[in-house]
Amino acid sequence: MGSRASTLLRDEEIEEIKKETGFSHSQITRLYSRFTSLDKGENGTLSREDFQRIPELAINPLGDRIINAFFPEGEDQVNFRGFMRTLAHFRPIEDNEKSKNAAVSEPLNSRTNKLMFAFRLYDLDRDDKISRDELLQVLRMMVGVNISDDQLGSIADRTIQEADTNGDNSISFNEFIKVLEKVDVEQKMSIRFLH
Amino acid sequence: QLSFKTLFFNPFDNLVCILLGISFTVWFTLLLVFIIVPAIFGVSFGIRRLYMKTLLKLFEWATLRIERGAKENNHLLYKPYSNAIIAKEPTSLEEEIKEIRRSGSNRDLNSAPEFEMSDIFYFARRGVASIMDDEVTKRFSAEELESWNLLTRSNNNFHYISLRLTVLWGLGLLIRYSFLLPLRVTLAFTGVGLLVFLTCVIGLLPNGRLKNFLSQKVHLMCYRICVRALTAIITYHDSENKPKNGGICVANHTSPIDVIILASDGCYAMVGQIHGGLMGVIQRSMVKACPHIWFERSEVKDRHLVAKRLSDHVEDKSKLPILIFPEGTCINNTSVMMFKKGSFEIGATVYPVAIKYDPRFGDAFWNSSKFGMVNYLLRMMSSWAIVCSVWYLPPMSREEGEDACQFANRVKAAIARQGGLVDLLWDGGLKRGKVKDTFKEEQQKLYSKMLVALPLLKPIAHR
Repeated sequence: MGSRASTLLRDEEIEEIKKETGFSHSQITRLYSRFTSLDKGENGTLSREDFQRIPELAINPLGDRIINAFFPEGEDQVNFRGFMRTLAHFRPIEDNEKSKNAAVSEPLNSRTNKLMFAFRLYDLDRDDKISRDELLQVLRMMVGVNISDDQLGSIADRTIQEADTNGDNSISFNEFIKVLEKVDVEQKMSIRFLH
Repeated sequence: QLSFKTLFFNPFDNLVCILLGISFTVWFTLLLVFIIVPAIFGVSFGIRRLYMKTLLKLFEWATLRIERGAKENNHLLYKPYSNAIIAKEPTSLEEEIKEIRRSGSNRDLNSAPEFEMSDIFYFARRGVASIMDDEVTKRFSAEELESWNLLTRSNNNFHYISLRLTVLWGLGLLIRYSFLLPLRVTLAFTGVGLLVFLTCVIGLLPNGRLKNFLSQKVHLMCYRICVRALTAIITYHDSENKPKNGGICVANHTSPIDVIILASDGCYAMVGQIHGGLMGVIQRSMVKACPHIWFERSEVKDRHLVAKRLSDHVEDKSKLPILIFPEGTCINNTSVMMFKKGSFEIGATVYPVAIKYDPRFGDAFWNSSKFGMVNYLLRMMSSWAIVCSVWYLPPMSREEGEDACQFANRVKAAIARQGGLVDLLWDGGLKRGKVKDTFKEEQQKLYSKMLVALPLLKPIAHR
C-alpha cells in the first residue's frame, strides 16, 4: 500500500530522462516500474545480484559482460538514470532523428554509440583496445567448453589479422567500426517497444 | 457474562448490555440463515452473484472517473500492461546470427562456419531485452490491472482523483473493514472450528461406509463455510470430468485458497507437509476422519518414499483422489510454470484442473516473500470478493513411449490452454533459487556449432 512506481518519479525527472535518452513518457514510467521490481533491496539502486536474478540473463553466455556495462568504472550500484542511459543505447533510431542538426550532441542510440556498447563488451580492461587475450576470453565465454584452446586461438588470430590495419596486434575502436561497416547495426542492436 | 458490567456503574449500563445482546442474536441468526445453512446443504441464494454484478458496475464507473479526471488535469496516466512491453523475436540463435552475418558480409553464407565480430550483437540484444522485460520474474509478483477496483493496494494512479471518488473509496474502506472483515473472520473461525471438532468426533467411529459418508459431508460443509468466509464466487465448468477415486487431481497453484476452492466441490485426499501450530492441528484432526497424506519434514526430501505413499494410496480404490499442485510454489495466475514430474511417474489417471482468478475483485496471488500467511488471509478477507473459474479437464493418462516429463508437459499445456495462461518451461523454483548451469551450457553449445564444423566440436562428458 502507499506510494508505488510512478508516484515516486517526479515529472521533472521524467522530462530530464526524456531529453537525455529520447524515451517517451510512457516508456520511462514502464521501465521505472521494471527498475523497482528488480530492486529487491528497495534502496533506489540496482546491484549486480539484482540483475543476476533474471533467469534469461543468467543463462546468457555474456550475461556478466552485459551486466558490467551498466556499472561505471569501480562502482557497484546503478541508479535509475544510469540504468536508462545504458538502455538508451538500444532504442531504435527513428527516421526524423537521422536528419538531426549536427550541432546537437550525439544521441545515445546513434550507430556509433551502439557499436561502442558492443566494443566495450569485448574490451575487458576498458583500455579502448581489444587485445588477443581479451578476444580469447570473450570467445571462451561464448562457446563454453565445446571448442579446444588451439581452435579458439586460431579463430582469434584470424579475426585480429582481418581487422587490424595498423599492425599493433589489437583492434581499436576505429578498426572495429571499419570491420562492421556493412552490418545493419541500427536494426540488430535495437529493441522495439510495443507502444 | 459481559465483563464490562464491572467497568461501568450507571443505569445506562443495562441498556447497553441489552442492545448488545440483541444485536449479537440478530447477527448470528442472519449468519445462520443466510450463510451457514445454505453452506451445509450446498445451495445458494444468489446474493454473492448480485453483489459481484454491482461491484463491476462500480469499478467501471471508478475507472472512467479516474481517466476523465486525469485528462482534465493534464496528467499522464500510468497504464499498466501485463503483456510484454517490448517486441520479442521468436527466432532461434542460429537464425538470428546468420541474419546478422548476412547483413554484413558479401561472402557466400554456405561456406565454412566461422566467427564474426558482429555475433556479439545477438547476445547483447537478447541480454538487454531480458533486462527490460523477462518472462519469469514477473510471474512472482501480483498482476497489474487496467481498471481500478477501489483498493489502494492495486493502483498507481490513486492520487489523480475527484472528491466523489475519494468518498466512494472511503465508503468502500469502511464497508470492507468494519462489516465484511468481521463477518468473514467469524465465518472462518466457525468453518475451521467445526472442521476440527467434527472430524475428531467422526474419527471415533469404526472404519466403514458410514464413516466415509459422514467424513465427506463434514469436509464439504466446512469448506463451503470457508468459501463464504472469503466471499468466493466460483464457477465450475465441465463437472462431468470431476476426479474419481484412484486418480490424481493436478491444478495450477496461485494461493492456499486453491485448496478450499476445489475441496468445496469435491472430496479429495490432501498431500503436504505437516506444519506446527494451528495448521498442524487442522491437519491432524482431518486425517482422523479420512486418509490424507501428510509427510514429516524429513520425509519430504525422500522422493522414493513420497512416490511409494502416493502409489499405495491410488491403488486403493476406496480412497479419495489425491490433490496435488505440481508447480510446487505459488505463481501469479498469468502463467503455468514447470510441473514437477513426481506425480506423473506413478501411473495413475491424471485429472487436470485449471483455476483462473478474476483479478478485478481482489488479487488472490500469495507473494510469500512479501506477506506471511496471516497477513495474506487478512488481505483476502478485506478484499471485495474472490471470483474465479474452475475447469475440470478430461482425464489423461501416460501414453506409450512418453516419459513422465513429456506427460507432465502435456498436462501443463492443456491446463494453460483452458485457463488462458501462458505456458512456460521455467521452473517455479526460480522464485527463490538460481537457474541451472545446463541452460547456459546449451546456449554455448548452440553457438559453438556456428563457429566450427560439428566433427571438430569437443565431446562433452555425459553426466
